[in-house]
Amino acid sequence: MTRPLPYPWLLAALGVLVAALFCVSLLVGPAGLGFFDSLAALLAGRGEAETLVMREIRAPRAVLGLMIGATLGLSGAALQGYLRNPLAEPGLLGVTGAASLGAVAAIYSGLSLIFPLALPLMALGGAGLASMLLIGLAGARGGALTLILAGVALSALCGALTALALNLSPNPFAATEIMFWMMGSLSDRSWTHVGLAAPFMLAGWAALGFAGRGLDALTLGEDAAASLGVRLDRLRLAVVLGAAASVGAATAVAGGIGFVGLVAPHLLRRAVGARPARLLPAAALGGAALLLAADIAVRLIAPERDLKLGVLTALVGAPFFLRLVLSTRRRLA
Amino acid sequence: MSLLTLRGLSVRHGDRVAVHPTDLEIGPGELVGLVGPNGAGKSSLMRGALGLARAGGESSLAALPAPARARAAAWLPQAREIAWAVTVETLVGLGRHPLRAPGAPLSGADRSAIAGAMARMDIAGFADRPATELSGGEQARVLIARALAQQAPLTLADEPAAGLDPAHQLACMGAFADLAAEGRAAVVSLHDLGLAARFCTRLVMMAGGRVVADGAPDAVLTADRLREVYGIETFLTRADGALVVQPMTLSRP
Amino acid sequence: MNLPSGMRRAAAMTLAGAAALAGAALAVPATDPAPGAPASAPAPRGENEAPRRVVSLNLCTDQLAMLLAAPGQLLSVSSMASDPHVSAMRDRAGAFAVNHGRAEEIFLMRPDLVLAGTYTARETVSMLRRLGFRVETFAPEADFDAIRANIRRMGALLGREAQAEAMAAEMDARLEAARPAPDAPRPLAALLEAASWSSGAGTLAHEIVTAAGLRNLGAELGITGMARLPLERLVMGAPDLLIAARPYTPPSLSEQGMRHPALDPLQARAGRVALSDARWVCGAPFTAEAVADLSAARRALTGEGRSAALVPAAPAANAVAR
Repeated sequence: MTRPLPYPWLLAALGVLVAALFCVSLLVGPAGLGFFDSLAALLAGRGEAETLVMREIRAPRAVLGLMIGATLGLSGAALQGYLRNPLAEPGLLGVTGAASLGAVAAIYSGLSLIFPLALPLMALGGAGLASMLLIGLAGARGGALTLILAGVALSALCGALTALALNLSPNPFAATEIMFWMMGSLSDRSWTHVGLAAPFMLAGWAALGFAGRGLDALTLGEDAAASLGVRLDRLRLAVVLGAAASVGAATAVAGGIGFVGLVAPHLLRRAVGARPARLLPAAALGGAALLLAADIAVRLIAPERDLKLGVLTALVGAPFFLRLVLSTRRRLA
Repeated sequence: MSLLTLRGLSVRHGDRVAVHPTDLEIGPGELVGLVGPNGAGKSSLMRGALGLARAGGESSLAALPAPARARAAAWLPQAREIAWAVTVETLVGLGRHPLRAPGAPLSGADRSAIAGAMARMDIAGFADRPATELSGGEQARVLIARALAQQAPLTLADEPAAGLDPAHQLACMGAFADLAAEGRAAVVSLHDLGLAARFCTRLVMMAGGRVVADGAPDAVLTADRLREVYGIETFLTRADGALVVQPMTLSRP
Repeated sequence: MNLPSGMRRAAAMTLAGAAALAGAALAVPATDPAPGAPASAPAPRGENEAPRRVVSLNLCTDQLAMLLAAPGQLLSVSSMASDPHVSAMRDRAGAFAVNHGRAEEIFLMRPDLVLAGTYTARETVSMLRRLGFRVETFAPEADFDAIRANIRRMGALLGREAQAEAMAAEMDARLEAARPAPDAPRPLAALLEAASWSSGAGTLAHEIVTAAGLRNLGAELGITGMARLPLERLVMGAPDLLIAARPYTPPSLSEQGMRHPALDPLQARAGRVALSDARWVCGAPFTAEAVADLSAARRALTGEGRSAALVPAAPAANAVAR
């Protein structure tokens, strides 16, 4: 067995990767600005239109890509750690779908126009209810099968209710936006969206970071973890609230982006020696890198088409999921 | 000085009483074997004492806040769960969890406790291997080492010797006996009455959720009581100054 | 689906996707009545006799028919004719029976002339033809020549040729009045529609913009028909004028893109004309009013002539309609 990269080096390498992708994300777009023009516009404000493009269109998009990717990777790793199940993922479990439903209710009712915070709050509420329902249904003791089935049922229900709400909206455009809520997109997001979602994402990260120690102990099962001084009720609260707040806010501004929370922890688990607490920051960086790369790819593949992010993440993620199902088949049976 | 005091501790699972009100006291230097048939309430008594199961009455351990309790007692559950492919050394190191500040690196004391526990359970040779790749018996030893690394004054273990080969059964019981000899204490539930008779300083026998006998192995393990509690005929003898127990046949009803 | 305006039409076509296109390919020839129509048709009349029971299934034929029909001649208009977002004549639609484009209800009205759009209610149209009804279909108007032609054809169908000629002449007079001086500056306008769609060459919106003496950014960037115009390219185009579609209530995400902060500096400099969806949806005499409003906005922008106030784009029942 090859000796894995020491942990600090791993984090540093991931950090460099994320920084590089962040810069590429700033440089890619239909306006076709040159490298030096982009830099001059971004940093020195040279050229009015260029500055608008760099500072008001590309910068918030790149920042959101980074934060949402980190959110999905982190919450995927935390949910997997808590449920002790490598198949757990906010999207597959229906947490993202429930957040979408909450956001849809906030936007299309017009509530978010009157009270902007209604958007992240209602998405958080949806994600929180879904997480609690899942943990209640499948529980920390439930097997992989129960968990996945509960997630499938919840996703289907939330998807149907979202479609219903959009179809019933008197606004003729609403029905065309189902794709955004199912697949997610960062196109034309602004600093307004960053400002709305960032506080909830940061709070969620803090809660999930607090959970790391408990998740390590949970490797030994609930009883042993409790005997090691872990307060399971607090740990559950941290995971549920942390995932709900961060995934809820991410979904509220970018729609439901699947599979990042599955792929990022899976790719990095071996590199961190499978330790749940160490996986958290690594998966956050990995998720950020994945989402930034996906968002760059959608702009390069079909620049004029507004290809949805979730299309790409699912194309990459679904085969991973199948592989994982195969490898956990014995437990599912 | 008592390491565990139970006063009228009772445990229910729904409507069923798993443990009737029980008094028990464990002091330093004791290796207490908890014996009795399946469903006698051994696991429930230990989980109730640790505050892991909802219990009536008083337990000196359950009364402690969680971090203090983790420093006062180690617990080795019967279910041998290892969720992730962490290395053996990492897993054993989880035993140091209650003794370390969040985010603190391993101290010298931590390292020597981990190394000592691994050596004691004969697993130092695969310290770097993922724990999930080991055999069932090897995993059991890793988990015992985890509990030993915790270096708590009291260790409670639910059937730690089950599934081990004879050599490692002896090593396992030897480790608990060493704890007792160092002035700590251990409570160990056992189905192997031979091991119980050979290593324990005291046996507590349970049946139907009640303690039916408590005392030295010689006094607890009598042919009549084993017939009454387990429904078995037993061959009892002595060797090297200790009791030897060999179940022979089922008693005739 | 109830998708109004050029944008909405395009979105509907995108959604309906291949089905709509396949339908178009297989369509029955648009103008001629089906040959060998069964004899169950209403009492036959001479070709020159004006129809007396006219039913319209399409928003655009609704409006042309309402403008041109003699009193009592038009029986029913589509439900969209009373939708304030798409109908410039919703106030007058209330005077007619409402239909929802279903063959059954049309059949019960026993019309002697059915008016439809070439892209709407295909199944209904072919069924009505099989049942022997006379159905005339009108293609959407993409320029003013098409509008003139449709006005005259509608006049001929309804036996109102003189009124049609007068209406076309009045429209041309309005267009002439809105026309810029040959040497007037031609500011750049950007059409901002929901979900970053924009209209380029070959669309009615483009004709309105150019008739008002403006250049259309979408067309200059090479868009023909409807296409997405990414926000970045819009900003880089630095338009002098933003023409935004009026948003619906309740809101939608697609329309929120029109309020992106990157557009704020452009708006502060250029101002924004609310685009009256209703008058931009169908080519009709009132389309010239949209041109006149936009032309006034252009003059305000360039300081040409007296400083004309921005005319709020309130599509009242239009003057031509008398």
